[in-house]
Amino acid sequence: MIEINNIYKTYYVPHEVRALVDVSNSIKAGEVVVVIGPSGSGKSTFLRCLNRLETADHGQILVDGVDIFDPKTDINKVRAEMGMVFQSFNLFPHQTILGNVCLAQKLVRKRGKKEREEKAMMILEKVGIAEKALAHPSNLSGGQQQRVAIARALAMDPKIMLFDEPTSALDPEMIGEVLDVMKALAKEGMTMVCVTHEMGFAREVGDRVIFMDEGRIVEEGTPEHFFTAPTHARTKLFLKQIL
Amino acid sequence: MEQKKSNISRLSNPTAHAVSVAGFIALMFLVIGSVYYATVAVEYQWRWFKIPQYFMYQPSITLYVEADGEIASLNPNKDKVEIVIQGEEGEKKFLVPAGSFHWDEGDSVSPGDIIAQYKGEWKPGLLAIGLWVTLKISFISTIFGILLGIIGGVARVSDTPILKWTAITYVEVIRGSPLLVQIMIFYFVLGTTMNKILMMNGIPKINPEWYGIMALSIFTGAYVVEIVRAGIEAIHPGQVEAARSAGMSYFQCMFHIILPQALKTILPPLAGQFINLIKDSSLLGMISIRELTKATREGITTSLQTFELWILCAILYLLMTFTLSMFVQYLERRTAQK
Ligand SMILES: Nc1ncnc2c1ncn2[C@@H]1O[C@H](COP(=O)(O)OP(=O)(O)OP(=O)(O)O)[C@@H](O)[C@H]1O
Ligand SMILES: [Mg+2]
Repeated sequence: MIEINNIYKTYYVPHEVRALVDVSNSIKAGEVVVVIGPSGSGKSTFLRCLNRLETADHGQILVDGVDIFDPKTDINKVRAEMGMVFQSFNLFPHQTILGNVCLAQKLVRKRGKKEREEKAMMILEKVGIAEKALAHPSNLSGGQQQRVAIARALAMDPKIMLFDEPTSALDPEMIGEVLDVMKALAKEGMTMVCVTHEMGFAREVGDRVIFMDEGRIVEEGTPEHFFTAPTHARTKLFLKQIL
Repeated sequence: MEQKKSNISRLSNPTAHAVSVAGFIALMFLVIGSVYYATVAVEYQWRWFKIPQYFMYQPSITLYVEADGEIASLNPNKDKVEIVIQGEEGEKKFLVPAGSFHWDEGDSVSPGDIIAQYKGEWKPGLLAIGLWVTLKISFISTIFGILLGIIGGVARVSDTPILKWTAITYVEVIRGSPLLVQIMIFYFVLGTTMNKILMMNGIPKINPEWYGIMALSIFTGAYVVEIVRAGIEAIHPGQVEAARSAGMSYFQCMFHIILPQALKTILPPLAGQFINLIKDSSLLGMISIRELTKATREGITTSLQTFELWILCAILYLLMTFTLSMFVQYLERRTAQK
């Protein structure tokens, strides 16, 4: 479903950082991939390249066979098929919860009012927040906001979901409610790429774990392999630090 | 709404506060008193009672007989009377209010006689017309200024060189020269050229007001560009990423996500800009547009009521700008509630 071939990304401002170095991977439909690694290892950059929020300097990414860095590609079409959830929620503060979940459906999917509102309510129900449909984001807790952000992405019927540390900004007691939604999604067969430090999540629903360090994929494998028999010294050290 | 106090006033005690309020009132009396005293000293004749006619007046109309003749008939017509004068050259009819004459049928008249004397219909005075022109020009220029400012502001933050550089050039060129000079260029350079070209093609000239509106809109637009840019740049980049990652285009993101949120930060400086616009419109008198300031000047040349008219002129501007700033405060409260 996603083919990543030898991508490189270097930032020059404020100083030179090699954020991605020769990264290749292949993500299959229905797979749940968990990306872990120390801060600054390039996890976010990797994820953001997948829907071209960042452009790689070299290399190729094919999403469903479409080369997303090709200037001729209509990137908005590709992005419509990929939901993204951010650490900082990024809900639209000037819209209600319902408005947040409906806006892209209207502008991108061109759905009628009735259709998009029914869809929105159905998904809000699913993430357990339907009763807040008419509230504004600022009146919701962090966990609720993040569930709305997930609902907003799901309302577009994406084929792939990208998560960039969705629980890192949450108070501990709210992490569970968000992870539950993500787990349910994984069990429904959604293709997911998750950058997260939630090892329990990785073990329970992850099909594959990728460990990144200094812009490279250092090691990858099943969660079982990963948490019981990591081979690289860097991986061992990292796991020792966070577990 | 809860009243916010500045740090300075929070420190002061109630007595000091009361003294300071009294001081303010005393100061105001002092200022007004000294102005009054100064005008008495130079023996200025205040004639405020003559001022209302600059807003509304009833012209006095006197009709004179031009040739020898005779009142042929008086035909009442509702509250008016038609006077028919039969002269050597034929009949002449005058429709005048009842009671504005004292002729009877058969009276003979000769040149110089007064046929009738009465008050005409109410008409807007000089200042009323000037006020209206100022309001109209400011309103239209505000609309165009906002449009230019939004288009320019969106262009200013774009990555496309033609858009970005055009916006930068526009802003720098316009902000870099006096408005008065720009008005002159619009009227005497652009206006003269345009009118010549129009005339060659048999199209009527453009009213000077439109050149004035162009100059004001383009001038204000340049400042609005910078205001809009600052408003856009204040929006968290995560908002753009959330919108774009859902597949929205650059412009969808701009008009549905960025600009509605930027409005809150844009409104206060925008209000200041449009208050400036109202005041700057006073320069348009230089290209013979009879706005409030020019109307005041004209009023003074005929009546010599210099003090009253200039003070009144200032008060009228103050009323307009104050109303505008109240309106914007109301809008701000409404957007804040959302
Ligand atoms: N827009 C940018 N401009 C300059 N440098 C950047 C930019 N984005 C990321 N970097 C740098 O690239 C490197 C990789 O960043 P990235 O955000 O991908 O790391 P990460 O693994 O997601 O880290 P974290 O766990 O802190 O989120 C870091 O050194 C970071 O400072
Ligand atoms: Mg990150």
